[in-house]
Amino acid sequence: MTRLTKRYRFAASHRLHAPSLSGEENRELYGKCNNPYGHGHDFILEVRVKGDVDPASGLVVDQRKLDTLVHNAVLRDFHMKYLNAQVPAFANVVPTSENVAIEARRRLCDAWQETFGSRGPALDAVRVIETKKNVFES
Amino acid sequence: MLITRKAEFSASHVTARPDWSAERNAEVYGEAANEHGHGHNYQLEVTLSGEPDPVTGMVLDLKELKQILEREVILPFDHHHLNREVPPFDQIVPTTENVAREIWRRLAPHFDGSTPPSPVRLHNVRLWETEDVYVDYSEENG
Repeated sequence: MTRLTKRYRFAASHRLHAPSLSGEENRELYGKCNNPYGHGHDFILEVRVKGDVDPASGLVVDQRKLDTLVHNAVLRDFHMKYLNAQVPAFANVVPTSENVAIEARRRLCDAWQETFGSRGPALDAVRVIETKKNVFES
Repeated sequence: MLITRKAEFSASHVTARPDWSAERNAEVYGEAANEHGHGHNYQLEVTLSGEPDPVTGMVLDLKELKQILEREVILPFDHHHLNREVPPFDQIVPTTENVAREIWRRLAPHFDGSTPPSPVRLHNVRLWETEDVYVDYSEENG
């Protein structure tokens, strides 16, 4: 089994605030991540692909196709943005890094077949590295 | 239990097929097809599976793993041109995928489960080509 993982980067801000909870409950739950104007990270997005290595080219995936897909499906909308206000998926969903990973994976899945066809490599995992200490995988 | 040892080597390569035209190679491999080659500081992570020996508390003496990595991978690969100096890359393109598989092939016979006193098996080979791209290779072993 061969898997290829590629790292991409986006800088974005977010605020963790659940509308169904009170202000006090939000402050208690999310702590400083609930500060009113948001805060940001240099996120790393890892995209892991699995499949058979093409015997002729020795490649499991065309990395330039993957780069274009990740850019168009995720980075273009996330990089240098305030996720809560500027990414519609987070209008009613708290943009925790768990949810960022889920949304990134959903976007990649939606465009995967069009990019790679039905016999191409499969999307194996999407990991969001929020800081050196926090990693989330979907 | 899984244990992982890291190692690194610096090497040059050309990712292009001699039997393809320059145009086709550029189309498939992009700038990595440059016929004069280019290099990377490869980072290798070798993961073994096994149980700790009840006496020593170790799955494997890591010195032994270090020596095997040196002999099978680092000495032949480090500061060499993979296509020109490291078979089978005179025959197959040294993409990260193929280099990871070749490292597996070189290491697997040492860790096929027959190692006394407890069976240690090669579990995964992770090869970082750059800080942003890595390949994991594994297969049934032993």
